[in-house]
Amino acid sequence: MDYQIIVGLEVHVQLQTKTKLFCGCVNLFNPDNPNVQTCPVCTAMPGSLPVMNREAFSLAMKTAVAINCGIASFTKWDRKQYYYPDLPKAYQISQFDLPFSENGFLDIEVDGEQRKIGIIRAHLEEDAGKNMHDESGKGGDSKVDLNRCGTPLVEIVSEPDMRSAAEAKEYLEELKLLLTYIDVSDCNMQEGSLRCDANVNLHVTNDDGEKIATPIVEVKNLNSFRGVELAIEYEADRQWDIYQETGLKIGDVAKETRGWDATRGKTFGQRGKEDAADYRYFPDPDLVPVTVTEEEKQAVRDSLGELPAARRSRFIEEYSLSKYDASVIVSQGNSFTLYYESVAKSCGDGKQAANWLTQEVLREMNERKISIEDFPITSDGLATSLINRVRDKKISIKSAKEIFARLMEDFGESNESYGDNKAFDQRVEQLIEEMGLALVSDTGELEGVVDAVLAKEQNQKAIEDFKGGKQAAVGALMGQVMKQIKGADAQTVRKMIIEKIQNM
Amino acid sequence: MSQKLTRGDVTKVALLARLKLSDEELDTFTSQLSQVLQYVDVLNEVDTENIEPMAHAIEVSNVFREDEVQPSLSREAALQNAPLTDGSHYLVPQILENATPES
Repeated sequence: MDYQIIVGLEVHVQLQTKTKLFCGCVNLFNPDNPNVQTCPVCTAMPGSLPVMNREAFSLAMKTAVAINCGIASFTKWDRKQYYYPDLPKAYQISQFDLPFSENGFLDIEVDGEQRKIGIIRAHLEEDAGKNMHDESGKGGDSKVDLNRCGTPLVEIVSEPDMRSAAEAKEYLEELKLLLTYIDVSDCNMQEGSLRCDANVNLHVTNDDGEKIATPIVEVKNLNSFRGVELAIEYEADRQWDIYQETGLKIGDVAKETRGWDATRGKTFGQRGKEDAADYRYFPDPDLVPVTVTEEEKQAVRDSLGELPAARRSRFIEEYSLSKYDASVIVSQGNSFTLYYESVAKSCGDGKQAANWLTQEVLREMNERKISIEDFPITSDGLATSLINRVRDKKISIKSAKEIFARLMEDFGESNESYGDNKAFDQRVEQLIEEMGLALVSDTGELEGVVDAVLAKEQNQKAIEDFKGGKQAAVGALMGQVMKQIKGADAQTVRKMIIEKIQNM
Repeated sequence: MSQKLTRGDVTKVALLARLKLSDEELDTFTSQLSQVLQYVDVLNEVDTENIEPMAHAIEVSNVFREDEVQPSLSREAALQNAPLTDGSHYLVPQILENATPES
């Protein structure tokens, strides 16, 4: 017997509008100030009426285009009825049979293999508020904060096209990257602007070749990429054990809803979901339908600009980057790629620019927990003052990195950026001098030092060793030369020592 | 909807609306709701062949508002009608995460 994991994801994305979906309350993550962002509409006061936020619909359409969905020419909103204290109307305004977009896909790559993940639909709905339960176990009242109630959400439902936990994680990461690129959401999982439910089951192939699907389980409220991966792996193992024990197939039992306990690393059974029919969807009479013309659809397509997948391909092509480097740079987000392109253009060497960004710059950003927007060195400064000096053999690459580290220390102390490229360049010049890192272009001076080192009594053994074929012996000699001339280029020194020994 | 409404149907509807009905009320509403449905049943006499379903009772579409922040209610005002608050949240009887709505 063998099995295949089958996963489909439902992703909820909060749109970054200024206001809520149906009222003018501010759309802001504000858990420390409960119930200050509400009005008669989002608290469901009698007689209040919702009016659709134009920007929310516009961001929703951008989302649809980015995930290759078709935009409906006619769409409407429906009431999804259920009782829960975080939803004061006792219905959620959502979309049932005529969502604003359908039939898309997202390309992902896992372990070098391209996969096309189908997207069934994306619809626009409102978020609920937040319940906080008494954790003391004494059965105290639950607290309700309605700040979030009415926040615009796009729900993106994938086909069950993912075949492993790793694929599900990659799909989610690519989706997040895409949606942050087009500025429709900040996709902050800690703050709940990106939330994920996973539908998981197994396709089992029995020993006699018979294929059987196990019952589908929905794992709710996964709020980290790692959580998605771990929960799916856990579910697959759990379902496999149950199948071997009971042989239960899809249809034998109702679809189960489970929660994910990140601390214990386990899924657990949750309240049974009311059947879909019990939501008693019907068109919301408070809202009118929306129609979209072909011209409007085209305008959305034209507004998107370059998406991450296209940008990766272009970087590989235009700057001769490896697939890996292109992927690392693009995955850092739009601003980082703009910074990269600016460095690459200024120094004319895409590969060097990539090395600097993926190593030095990213390391400093991570250590200091700053974004590229707050990075103290401008793209122009990095290119002209450091990378180009290496290219022009004014300093060695090793020296450039030492100077870079010193510049970052400066920043750590003053917390001030080098806004002015001229001042920055002067500082680099000053450091080169102070640290004695100028590459010695005067070969005469270098020759003198090399000759002196080779003439030393104590070095004769190393010279003999090298002549005898021991390549490593040259290292000790190089070290002595470099100690005397700090800015010497290691390659030049090495070459000179070897030539001189061979000519002895 | 010519089928008669059963007591079970009314029990289910009451549960979904979180209404607790006595046996007597269940009888009353089973009978009354059936009458309401019978009345609405008249609509089934209309021939709706080849007629597009309506999404809204009036022929209006694309009503939007601009994404501009309006003042919200103060917390005090928002909470003032609630039966129970702690001064910053609405308080509701404990929600049992593991309980089914039926239990």
